[in-house]
Order: sequence, then structure tokens, then C-alpha cells
Amino acid sequence: MSILKKLFTAVRGGAREAGQAIVDANGIRIFEQEIADAQNALQRAKKSLTEVMAKEMQTKRKISALDASIAEHEAYAGQALEKGNEALALEIAEKIGDFEAEKAEHEEVLAGFSNHIVQLKQQVKDAEKSIKENQRQLTMVKTTESVQQATMAVNSTLNTNSSSMTSARESLERIKQRQQDRQDQLGAAKQLEADTNGDDLKAKMAEAGIGDTNPKSADILARIKAKQNS
Amino acid sequence: MELNELSIKLASFETEGVSFESFLIANEGEQDVLQVIVDGNDELPIFVTQTEEQLLCISYLFAENEVQADMRNELNETLLRLNVPIPLSAFAKIDDKYAIFGALSVNSSFDDITHELVTLADNAIDALEAVTIYLND
Repeated sequence: MSILKKLFTAVRGGAREAGQAIVDANGIRIFEQEIADAQNALQRAKKSLTEVMAKEMQTKRKISALDASIAEHEAYAGQALEKGNEALALEIAEKIGDFEAEKAEHEEVLAGFSNHIVQLKQQVKDAEKSIKENQRQLTMVKTTESVQQATMAVNSTLNTNSSSMTSARESLERIKQRQQDRQDQLGAAKQLEADTNGDDLKAKMAEAGIGDTNPKSADILARIKAKQNS
Repeated sequence: MELNELSIKLASFETEGVSFESFLIANEGEQDVLQVIVDGNDELPIFVTQTEEQLLCISYLFAENEVQADMRNELNETLLRLNVPIPLSAFAKIDDKYAIFGALSVNSSFDDITHELVTLADNAIDALEAVTIYLND
């Protein structure tokens, strides 16, 4: 059964009381053991894989060396025949036969290695998948456990703190009141600042056309015109 | 980031026009919990807990017994529907309390964490305001 399903069943079954472990500590240990085992298997598979891959390469090298020897000796045999030395050619041909037998052996071994590599690669993939899956599930279990422990700590704090016994409605009202107070304070501060700077009075006077008003461009133009005319 | 380190950093930090108060809840040998108050709203504290992979930020909204009995299903349905649109946070139920929470990677930066805290605090107030119609008078 997946952990999520277990958690679901446990929650439905009423294991939601604070402090009641949904998944027992034993279950967690088993999980951790499974992950550790899978990680060991993964390490082993990876080590074997590198070994086998090295052997595969060695064997391939041996085969190509034999190919080279075969080609070389075929040339020698040709030369012997050209020189009419049939006996020597036959001896060389025997040697080639030995090389070919050896090559066939190595090819058999190579096929074994190649198969083994495919298998090991699959094992590595499987182990990685299993580790990831178990870790994901373990995270769920541990998070559930952490939240339970945290909830207990929070509850003990909340219970000793009388303000938290209030209902959500009252909490919201207090928060809203605080936000309103803050806005009022901000508004009052702005008002006060405007008052002390005299901005407010000045603005009112300017509106009424009293005090230092900025000379209007029309007035300036009229003054210049008056000067020209005089 | 360790919770006590987070607490120290939060004390001298201000972001999005908001300041933080925080203190560790003593919980010897058990799960550490950091209580964070955003912008002075101590009615809706945020409890921060760290697990191996996640940093969980939880704010408790109201208790089950505050919900009008005949509106419980509707409330649950509404909260489920709100889960996706609400930014960064999701609704949850822990024991008999409804909560709103956000989960961050333990590798989150300090800015990510403060952004989460501010958003969660705002969401908590908004959520509470939105669901009062389902609560007892």
C-alpha cells in the first residue's frame, strides 16, 4: 500500500487526534532500511557496471588485434604462395585458423559482457527509481510526523496564551481595527504635517487670492507693454 | 537555513513595508517551531517548521467548532476551490483546526522565505475575512 493511501486510511480512521502517530516508528525504520538497501544495491550495480564495461572494451581491443593479425597473416600466406612455397603457406594458414578460433572465443565472451551490461544498466535504473519512490514516501511520513510534533508544540503555546483563545471572528475584528487605526494615524500625521508647514492655510489663502500669489504671465506681459508705450 | 538563524535575520529586516517579530517555541529534542508575527498581527501568527526537505509555514485560521454546522460542507468545498487561485498558499486542516499554509524548499533564499511569510499573512487575513459568513456569530 502506498504511504499516501495509508495516511488517507489513518485520517479517515480517526487517527487525527494530536499525538497519535499515523505511521509507527517501526514503519519509518523499515522504509529507511529499504532505501539504504536500494542504495547499496545501486552502488554494487554501478561498480559491476564499470568493471564489465572495462572488460568489454578490453575484449573488443583483443578482437581488433586478432583481426589485424589475421589480415597480416593472410598477406604473408599470399606472399608464400606467390613464391611457390605451398608448405609455408599451409603453415601460415594454420596460424590464421588459430587466430580465428581465438577470435570466436573472444566474440562469445564479448556477447556475454554486452548482455551483462544491458542487465546492469536496467538494475541501476530500477534501483534509482525505487530509491526515489521510497524517499518521496518517506518524506510524506516524516512531514506528517513533523507536523504532528509541531502541532503539539504550537498547541501547548496557544493554550498558555490567553489571546489565542479568542475566536477567528474576534481576531479578524482586531486585525481590521488595527489596520484602521494605522490608517487613521497616517492620515492624522499627514494632517499635522500640513498644518505645521502652513500648507493648508497657504492653499486656502491662495484660493481666496490673498497673500503672495505667483504673478501671472498676462500681468507680466501687460507690464512690459506698458514700459514700451511709455 | 536554521530556524534560529532565520529568527535573528527577521528581527532586523523589513520588506514590502512590513516588519517581523519571531521567537522559537521551546520544544526540547522535538521538532523546532518558529512563531512569526507579521506586521504586528499577533492574532494570526505563522508557525514555521523545518523538515528534511521542506520549510512549512502554517497559520491557524479557526477551529472546527466555530463553523456553523449546516454550512460545513459548503465551507470545505469553497476552500478546496480557493486552493488553486490563492497565491502561494493552500488551505489545510490540522487536528480540529483549519489552517492556511505554504511549503518551501529548504534551499529557499531569505527573500523567498520573507515573501512567503508576507503573502501567507495577507492570505490568512483575506481568507478569514472571506469565510466569516460560514462561522458562528
